[in-house]
Amino acid sequence: MEFIRLPKVENVKLLDRVSPRRSRVGTLYLTATHTIFVENEAGVRNETWVLHSLVCSLEKQAATSSGYPLLIHCKNFQVLHFAIPREQECQDVHLSLQRLSQPESYEELYCFSYKPNVDDEERQNEWDFMNLKADYSRMGLPNAHWKLSPANRNYKVSDTYPADLFVPESATPPVIVGSSKFRSRGRFPTLSYYSKENHAAICRSSQPLSGFSARCLEDEQMLEAILRSNPCSDFMYVVDTRPKLNAIANRAAGKGYENEDNYSNIKFQFIGIENIHVMRNSQQKMLEVCELRSPSMSDFLEGLESSGWLKHIKAVLDAGIFITKAVAEEGVSVLVHCSDGWDRTAQVCSVACVLLDPYYRTLQGLMVLIEKDWISFGHKFSHRCNHLVGDPKEVSPVIDQFLECVWQLMEQFPCAFEFNERFLITIHSHIYSCQYGNFIGNNQRERIQVHQRTHSLWSYLWTNRTDYINPLYRPDHSQTQGLLRPSTAPYCFKFWRGLYNRFDQGIHPRQSVEDYLRTIQEETQQLEEQLASHKQVNFKLPLIMDPDSDEAVYSARGSNDQTLPFQPSSSARINLHFFFACGVFATHTLVSKCLL
Amino acid sequence: MEFAELIKTPRVDGVVLHRPFLPTVEGTLCLTGHHLILSSRQDNTEELWLLHSNIDSIEKRFVGSLGSIIVKCKDLRVIQLDIPGMEECLNIASSIEALSTLDSVSLMYPFFYRPMFEVIEDGWNSFLPEDAFKDLESMTDEWRLSEVNKDFSVCPSYPPLVAVPKDIDDETLRKVATFRHGGRFPVLSYYHKKNGMVMMRAGQPLTGTNGRRCKEDEKLINATLRPGKRGYIIDTRTINVAQQAKARGGGIESEANYPQWRRIHKAIERSNVLQESLIKLVEACNDQSHNMDRWLSKLEASNWQTHVKEILTTACLAAQCIDREGASVLVHGTEGTDTTLQVTSLAQIILDPSCRTIRGFQGLVEREWLQAGHPFQQRCAQSAYSNSKPRQEAPVFLLFLDCVWQILRQFPCSFEFSESYLVLLFEHAYASQFGTFLGNSAAERAKLSLPEKTVSLWSWVNRHQEIERLTNPLFEANSLVIWPSVAPQSLLLWEDSQYIDVIYITIIIIIIILFTISKKYYYDINA
Repeated sequence: MEFIRLPKVENVKLLDRVSPRRSRVGTLYLTATHTIFVENEAGVRNETWVLHSLVCSLEKQAATSSGYPLLIHCKNFQVLHFAIPREQECQDVHLSLQRLSQPESYEELYCFSYKPNVDDEERQNEWDFMNLKADYSRMGLPNAHWKLSPANRNYKVSDTYPADLFVPESATPPVIVGSSKFRSRGRFPTLSYYSKENHAAICRSSQPLSGFSARCLEDEQMLEAILRSNPCSDFMYVVDTRPKLNAIANRAAGKGYENEDNYSNIKFQFIGIENIHVMRNSQQKMLEVCELRSPSMSDFLEGLESSGWLKHIKAVLDAGIFITKAVAEEGVSVLVHCSDGWDRTAQVCSVACVLLDPYYRTLQGLMVLIEKDWISFGHKFSHRCNHLVGDPKEVSPVIDQFLECVWQLMEQFPCAFEFNERFLITIHSHIYSCQYGNFIGNNQRERIQVHQRTHSLWSYLWTNRTDYINPLYRPDHSQTQGLLRPSTAPYCFKFWRGLYNRFDQGIHPRQSVEDYLRTIQEETQQLEEQLASHKQVNFKLPLIMDPDSDEAVYSARGSNDQTLPFQPSSSARINLHFFFACGVFATHTLVSKCLL
Repeated sequence: MEFAELIKTPRVDGVVLHRPFLPTVEGTLCLTGHHLILSSRQDNTEELWLLHSNIDSIEKRFVGSLGSIIVKCKDLRVIQLDIPGMEECLNIASSIEALSTLDSVSLMYPFFYRPMFEVIEDGWNSFLPEDAFKDLESMTDEWRLSEVNKDFSVCPSYPPLVAVPKDIDDETLRKVATFRHGGRFPVLSYYHKKNGMVMMRAGQPLTGTNGRRCKEDEKLINATLRPGKRGYIIDTRTINVAQQAKARGGGIESEANYPQWRRIHKAIERSNVLQESLIKLVEACNDQSHNMDRWLSKLEASNWQTHVKEILTTACLAAQCIDREGASVLVHGTEGTDTTLQVTSLAQIILDPSCRTIRGFQGLVEREWLQAGHPFQQRCAQSAYSNSKPRQEAPVFLLFLDCVWQILRQFPCSFEFSESYLVLLFEHAYASQFGTFLGNSAAERAKLSLPEKTVSLWSWVNRHQEIERLTNPLFEANSLVIWPSVAPQSLLLWEDSQYIDVIYITIIIIIIILFTISKKYYYDINA
């Protein structure tokens, strides 16, 4: 609280970016955790709440007739434009928010003060909801080829890796330790995904410390062990997700990439995804385009092109497809790395998993995937998402790009995903909000303490899963099963306005197909439930089809003179008219049509 | 002329057909006077029937004695035929070329086509102006139906019957016609029931450099204003283009002579600029380099979406003047047969819920495009692949359909039809077995005796089976004005999507569940 110089400012204007006429006047409150704007309008009590941890940047602008403008950019892409009456007030709000939005220690983060009404045991259970071991056993592990290694139990071999890791059966502790000494940050090759069907695996690591000529016998043995753990193939791919030039430059620093001559039977491949700095700048440029005031089509398309954002998204997806093909079609294992193996490697491995395995396209599956390839494998969330005040060069929207890749796939395969766009956006928002403990810190070791005092997002999402179900999901559809084969023609990549322009109400479709279908589905379910309960009371209802009318006529006959057992509420939008108009035979035709 | 003269090789066996996203088919290729047919002669494989008039251009390629013909269609499909034998291939190619570029309208397929379905309602009589006027009469008595153009002599591109203000007699109309481009005097396009405001359309005034004036013209359009109210003239050209038109006899309504009207200029592109744009867009879509930067810069350079945005913006403006400002509107560009119609028809989609139904949309296309004299035959003679020198081709109607699609995507529950309906209209505008889109005006259609000699597209569409196929399962009548967003982020590229199919199937599954529920009841009762 000591950071709040001014808890309340009256007569603040919240300006509408698009149409200034729609600006609102109200009171601005600063609390320990939120900035709250309460509209003064008589009768309505519109409130805008913004978490301090979501504030990305603050900008004071030159005074105007409506006051001293303060522009707040949020990490969830909300932009708030306040005009504060007095200069001093604006200054105080600015300084307070500057401090509040840039915590200096983990202790200050919102997750430690967020206390929903649950007791401690329940809170513990929240964390038990996510069980990565269950996912590995779902993949069929451990088995004859892969074993759980205790090598990193105390985070001694690699402090940024998780404690539990799967390695090839033949990889002995000396090989693991030896290999880790030859890899950046000790991140030795380890399993990310295993395909039960054909034994092909996706493995991940950091770059080798090869310099211009260094070799490491244990590292070579490690790759040999990975190759041998896939009995069906006689070679494996090593995919370096960096552009070749970057990898070569790394050699001068004693790092680099695998020399095909030193490793037996590897095929080495560069993929060319740009580094975190390029991605950060690219997103920044794209966001500037999103914020343009009434841009022309050319402004928008030119801006989008020069930001390079969609090009980068395509690069990540292309890399995922390369790996997917190797694993699913060739049955060949792949080792993926970049520099440290926690950014591009995480993106590419997780995109490949989404393409390969329908499980990762379910609600639970996507949560497991993020837990596995991102959280447990040490994606540096606190650095990349700027949770604490720190080095701005460490910030990068790497996880945004993964979520966007999933969204692009959802656009191409609307019935292949159990979850909807809202699910992705909610995850995105909470990665940055620091409301839950999941993403705090940069690796598992740093996070051990966090779980004991915070709540888990996964459990929250699961409890509220009805909000996140895609009504079009059809797990039995031929396109949905097995491998997804997306098109990567450039015109298949769309601008994700749902995320980047999320708060610009005016530009979104005014009617949502998804909401419509969800309403119908919910009401169908209600009907089914009512049917079930009426059966129980043995209530008989004849359904009479009036031959002269399209509409069904319900009439309650029998001893019990009750009112109609079910009648669609006025809000119910089930088009019974349409249904009965189809008639029984028409329905059959439709069914056979869609089955064909 | 006999078609047989043009067909050197009517039949070739062992031809292989390649289509994008579909398996290849091997079979026999046949050429008839109007079709290119490929049949595998096996059950349950699809045959290809392609109208010669749908072919925009062809390319020949030879590898050894195997020739390939790449056929690029006006509906933007590209297919490839592998034909064994050099001579056969050359013969087929030259026949296709000749048959697809026949100039005479009366040799077109609609004159030869006999329907295989029962015509329940003759589409040629479905949208008569007198019927539309009856609806108008029920709302207002300020308008009358004039027969001044009965013999197409006053305005060759207008229909015989037009709605004009009641107090304006035919003599005045004749005078006004001499003052408007192409004789297109201001006529009623739309009556907004909610507030009684109207939208009119016309050709540009022929003021010329001397600032010619026509009192009758002023009288005509002033007759639509309420006392003390001002109206808006929406000129679809920029002020510069409009000023330049004076040198060629055209011009604008001056403030001095039309003090009760406020003129607004918009910039909608026309004719060959649009054709260029379509060609560039299609080329960008077919680019095989898979390079994102290249795609985005080509998409931007095509300007297609800029046109979409401009047209929608202008239509919104017109709708806003009528609905929000409570003012009457006159829309024109130069001829009043292209951009003008885009604006007036889209404004009606926005304002009038009945235009968002299957039948209402037909009525709109009939009134605002066919009857209003959009020169379909000239505009749709070639599409994006044609190598021949463009004459008067322009995807004006396609852009209109694209704009409707944009609104449909923003209001997916407010349209009775699905996007397949728009695709269908696009295809038939460019090549069809029906006579609906033949000719350039009502006069030409009358001269060709189309209603007597050809079948109307509406006869085919307005049958139970077709309606069902084109219905949007999400439709819920929405009586409100729908304001689309024209922000670049809101406008999408219209690609062939399977999205609607997916929704359709989901709805059907729900129907099956409902059906099962009712069946359960039924059995419970009988048990």
